[in-house]
Amino acid sequence: MSALPLLRIKGLTKHFPLKKSIFGGGGGVVRAVDSIDFDVLPGETLGVVGESGCGKSTTARLLMQLIDPTAGEVIFDGAAVGTRDLPLKAFRRQVQMVFQDSYASLNPRLTVEDSIAFGPQVHGVALAEAKQRAHNLLARVGLEPGRFAARYPHELSGGQRQRVNIARALALQPRVVILDEAVSALDKSVEAQVLNLLLDLKDAFGLTYVFISHDLNVVRFISDRVMVMYLGQVVEIGPAEGLFEQPAHPYTRALLSSIPSMDPDHRTEKPALSGDPPNPIEPPTGCRFHTRCPEAQAVCAQTIPRLCGLTSTHAVACLMYEPGSGHSRAAASGGMAA
Amino acid sequence: MTSPSLAVAVLEHSPGYWRSVLSRLLRDKVALGAGTAVLILLIMAILGPLLAPADPYQPSMLSRLKPIGSAGYLLGSDELGRDMLSRLIVGARLSLFMGLTPVFLAFFIGTAIGLLAGYSGGWVNSVIMRTVDVFYAFPSVLLAIALSGALGAGIFNSLISLTMVFIPPIARVAESVTTQVRGRDYVESARASGANAFTIVRVHVLGNVLGPIFVYSTSLIAVSMILASGLSFLGLGVKPPEPEWGLMLNTLRTAIYAQPWVAALPGAMIFMTSITFNLLSDSLRSAMDNKQ
Repeated sequence: MSALPLLRIKGLTKHFPLKKSIFGGGGGVVRAVDSIDFDVLPGETLGVVGESGCGKSTTARLLMQLIDPTAGEVIFDGAAVGTRDLPLKAFRRQVQMVFQDSYASLNPRLTVEDSIAFGPQVHGVALAEAKQRAHNLLARVGLEPGRFAARYPHELSGGQRQRVNIARALALQPRVVILDEAVSALDKSVEAQVLNLLLDLKDAFGLTYVFISHDLNVVRFISDRVMVMYLGQVVEIGPAEGLFEQPAHPYTRALLSSIPSMDPDHRTEKPALSGDPPNPIEPPTGCRFHTRCPEAQAVCAQTIPRLCGLTSTHAVACLMYEPGSGHSRAAASGGMAA
Repeated sequence: MTSPSLAVAVLEHSPGYWRSVLSRLLRDKVALGAGTAVLILLIMAILGPLLAPADPYQPSMLSRLKPIGSAGYLLGSDELGRDMLSRLIVGARLSLFMGLTPVFLAFFIGTAIGLLAGYSGGWVNSVIMRTVDVFYAFPSVLLAIALSGALGAGIFNSLISLTMVFIPPIARVAESVTTQVRGRDYVESARASGANAFTIVRVHVLGNVLGPIFVYSTSLIAVSMILASGLSFLGLGVKPPEPEWGLMLNTLRTAIYAQPWVAALPGAMIFMTSITFNLLSDSLRSAMDNKQ
C-alpha cells in the first residue's frame, strides 16, 4: 500500500460567496469544501460518502477543475495541475468524470457516437479514428455499435445512457475516472449491471476510480477505501472493510446504522441521527459534528479535531481518538488512542 | 441475460432531428394553412408585377376611389385612380422585405451578442446585457421612430433602425437560453474533456439554443412589418409612389369616409400577413419540441 499516490489533494477548499444585498448585508460564504487532504492510490477505488450537501459533488468538480478552488492544490502523478509540468488540457485527458444525470450529461442534438467521439477529436484524433474508437467503446460497454451508434440520447433508456456516458469518459483513455453518483439514478437491477461493468472496465483498462455516492451498500461493494465527509470536511478515511466493520467516528457510526437491516429482528427503532446538517455558511465551532454527536462534550465545541491515524491506513478526525485532546474518552497526552 | 437489446426502442435508425420537425409540421393543419399563405405571399413578392392585372403606378383622374368590384377594378382604386389589386400585389415585395430583413439581420447580430454574454457570464455578461437593457427600455415604436428620424427618411435607414430595435430582445432571449444550456452537464463534460470555449459553443451550445431564438425571431416578423408600415405611414420609410402597404394605408386614410372598404384593404393585408407569421412560428415552436 506504499505506492506513490496517483492523485494527491492538499488543503483543497471551495468557498462560494453569497450575493451581497444592496443594503450591505449578506456577503458571507458557503464553506462547501473546507481544507481537505487525501490521496488516491493507483488502481484503487476510493468511495466518498456523506449526506446531501456535505461537499461530495463540489469535491468532484474541484478534482475535475470544473470550478476554481479557493485554496489548495491537486497533484497528479507528482505534478501540480495547471503548472507547466501538467497543463490543464493534459490533465483532462488523464482524469474524466461520469455525472449523475445520464440524460442531462448527453447533448440531445448529438448522436451517441458523436458524443463519444467529441473528446478524442478535441485532442487531435482524426474523425474516422475517433468514430472507430467510439464504436469499439460502445461494444465494450455492452451496446451493439450497429444499433446504437446513430441514436440520439432520448431514444435510449437510463441504463443505456449511463453506459454511453461511461464510454464517453473512457474515450480519452484516462487513468482516473470520477463517478459522481453515477449509478444513483438507475433502477436496482440496472445499477447492478452497471456496477459490474465498471468493475470489469477497471480491470481491463487499469483504471482508478473515485466513486461518490450516498448509497452505502454500493460504496461498500465497489470501494477499496472509503472517505466519509461531513460539512465539507473529511471525518474518517480508511479501508472499506475495516471502516464498515469498525467505524470509529460517531458520524460514521450513525451513517452506517442508517443502512436498513435485512433482518426484521434487527430493524432500527429510532433514527441514528436527527435533524439536518447545520448551515455551512456558519458551521459550528470546534468539531463541526458536535451539535448532533451523541458523544459530544464541552471541549468538542472549542477544539478542531485533526485527522489522526488509528492504524497506518485508517484515520479519523475526532477528539475521542486524539491523545490529550481533553475529551474524557481520549487517551492521555502521548498515549495511544483507545 | 444482461442484454441491453431488451429495452431497445422500436426505432433502428433515428430519422434525424430536422426531418422529425418537418414531419410534425406536416401533420399540423394550422402550420399547413399558414405555410401555404406564406408561400402565396412570397410568390406575390417575387413575381409581383407579372401577376398584377394593371400598372400599379398608372393614375387615372376619371376613376378615383372606385368601390370594390367595379368593372376593371376588382378591388377598387385608390385616391389617384390606381388599381388597388395591382398595388396590393406589387406592394407585397416591399412590405415583406421591410418585415423580414431587419429580423433576419437582428437574428444574427442578436444571437452572437447573446451567445457571447451568456457563455462568458460574469462581468462580460453584465456589461453587454446592461447596454442591451438601455435600448430595451425604450418602447419599440418610439425607438424605431427616433432612430429613423435621426438617420433620415429612406428604405435603407428604416431597415437599420428596425434592425437596431430587434437586436435587444433577440439578444436577451439568446442570452437567457445560453445561460441555461451552459449549466447543463453535457457542457460541463465537454469542458472536462479539455475543449476550448469556441469548440464547446459550436458543437454543444449552438444547436441547443438556435431553436428557441429562431422561433422567437419569427414572431418578430409580424412586429417588424407593422413597425415598417408605421414608419412609412409617418413618411420615414418608403416614399410615394412606391406601393407599400403601410404607406398605402397612410395615403388612403383621407378616403376612409368615401370608400371605407377600399381604405381598409392595405391594413387587412398587414393584419393577415402578421397573423400568418405568428401562427407559423407558433406551430414551429411546438414542432421543434422533440420530447413530446
